[in-house]
Amino acid sequence: MINKYSVRKESIVGIALLLILLAVMTVIDFFLPSYHIAVMVIKKASVYALVAVSMNLLNGFTGLFSLGQAGFMLLGAYTYAIFSIPVAKRAGVYQYFDGGWIQFSIPEFFSEFLGETIGLNMGIILTLILGGLVAAFFAYLIGLPVLRLKSDYLAIATLGFAEILRAFFQWPNLGPLTNGSNLLKSYPDFKSATGYVVLIGIFIAMIVLLVNSTYGRAFKAIRDDEIAAEAMGINLAKHKRLAFIISSFFAGIGGGMLAMYMGTLQALSFKSTMTYEILLVVVMGGIGSITGSVITSFMYIASMEWLLRGLDSGTFLGIHAPGVFKNGFRMAVVSLIIMVVVLFFSKGIMGDREFSVKGIVKFFDRLFGKKTPKNAGGDGNV
Amino acid sequence: MSDIILSVKDLQVNYGGIEAVKGISFDVPAGQIVTLIGANGAGKSTTLKSVVGLVKPKSGSITFNGEELVGKETTSIVSKGITLVPEGRRVFADLTVLENIKIGAYLRKDDLKDDIAWVYDLFPRLKEREWQLAGTLSGGEQQMLAVARALMSRPKVIMMDEPSLGLAPLIVKGIFDIIKEINKQGVTVLLIEQNANMALKIADYAYVLETGRITLSGTGAELLSNDEVKKAYLGK
Repeated sequence: MINKYSVRKESIVGIALLLILLAVMTVIDFFLPSYHIAVMVIKKASVYALVAVSMNLLNGFTGLFSLGQAGFMLLGAYTYAIFSIPVAKRAGVYQYFDGGWIQFSIPEFFSEFLGETIGLNMGIILTLILGGLVAAFFAYLIGLPVLRLKSDYLAIATLGFAEILRAFFQWPNLGPLTNGSNLLKSYPDFKSATGYVVLIGIFIAMIVLLVNSTYGRAFKAIRDDEIAAEAMGINLAKHKRLAFIISSFFAGIGGGMLAMYMGTLQALSFKSTMTYEILLVVVMGGIGSITGSVITSFMYIASMEWLLRGLDSGTFLGIHAPGVFKNGFRMAVVSLIIMVVVLFFSKGIMGDREFSVKGIVKFFDRLFGKKTPKNAGGDGNV
Repeated sequence: MSDIILSVKDLQVNYGGIEAVKGISFDVPAGQIVTLIGANGAGKSTTLKSVVGLVKPKSGSITFNGEELVGKETTSIVSKGITLVPEGRRVFADLTVLENIKIGAYLRKDDLKDDIAWVYDLFPRLKEREWQLAGTLSGGEQQMLAVARALMSRPKVIMMDEPSLGLAPLIVKGIFDIIKEINKQGVTVLLIEQNANMALKIADYAYVLETGRITLSGTGAELLSNDEVKKAYLGK
């Protein structure tokens, strides 16, 4: 019962929404300075959205409770930084290690013969993807023993892996590569927040396509019932490994982009707290809802970094009360909000539903009193 | 008798030190309905699980069209044309009916349209509920879905583990009618049941399994009139 008219309408509305988003991003980039808090929030939130969606792919769609996200982000971040610092600046960055072992920069290499704009951005993207591949390779290695474990045991093993990795990257003997416990810096960044949003939009779209493919169905089948999935001929080990590798690939890319956003990089930033933050976003957004993860990332980062800042610095919503609104009060309020959300939305804000263009079109049709053709069954969308 | 499609010889299966199946042999002729009946713990489910490779047998052989299955992966066994409808239905609760059906055809790369139409034809109720989550279906509908899902791999042999479990008598009758219909369309059926009465009525041939051994065999009609069977399984 496919209504051609409504499908065309949906794609028009979908394209229109994308164009509006792009226009808004361009306006923001044009009028706001790059250090403006709104720009910073958009950059960080889109990175968190990508990592949250990659974690959701594993925890929400395949049912593998892994807590290694920070570790794979660390791999992506270091790969990005190591291979993109301009050669001329390496002596300064690796000052304790004689300029380091690696003496080339992928973005620099591309910008030499493709020009400063196209070449540099292409080099950045390729280096980010290289970071994803490194994370994916480590996921493959670690997955061989670890994916035999179930639920909590898998969580503990992956968490341990991430912590060991962080310590390993600070090891002085690896200094010429990782700069030990010193900062890595001076690597290139996108000039605009639009770059972040577009690139991450593409990666998330890829994950959406994967989730809706035959592989995605197999992942969900494994989550719902391993024995039945195996009886249908789904190779459990292979599919779990695949989900783990793909999730880590995108976490690695997310890590690289987080390094870009932060401007300087050290292993200390990738503590297990970061994994918990992302887990929080996934759970609050709804386990098994991609749009839930994305929306929650933006809400979470915007309130943490921007909207609730006043709670720590004396003035919130125009109320000046330095006695109450002082350091630490923000975290107390955030904890309260989290508790309220968990109490009233026990399955997260979106549950396992998705926010879709189809749903938006239907909503507006209803709003303006237009009768939508009634389908025999519902379709689970909002 | 027609050709033997599935043959089990001296199958022994241990479960953590306990002998669940103690050397059983039976044949399934192509195009027939064969049933294994027996009480709880007789080793029926274990036998079916060994056939599809979900459980690794200790010794013995299982051949499908003359090809050895013991030691093969479930994926490759299912792709040869044997499928299992697991005990307790085990539908994918958070997926829609249609998604469940598509997963049944996971190993196939060809067009599914005709087969989806075929299973909807067998189970019109599922077509009505195409977009509903499988977990919200009634027990009988879930059993229909489990069978439909298994049929999507276009099996030569379909094995069913207690399809009547926990269902009302009227629904059970419907399920058994479907089993007969599937068989009529050329699919060999290996059925295990505690509901011996229903199973023996539709079976061409039947085996009685007791604590890991086959104690009796015969045509469905023969066993229905057998005194021992009557006493032990039919409550007469």
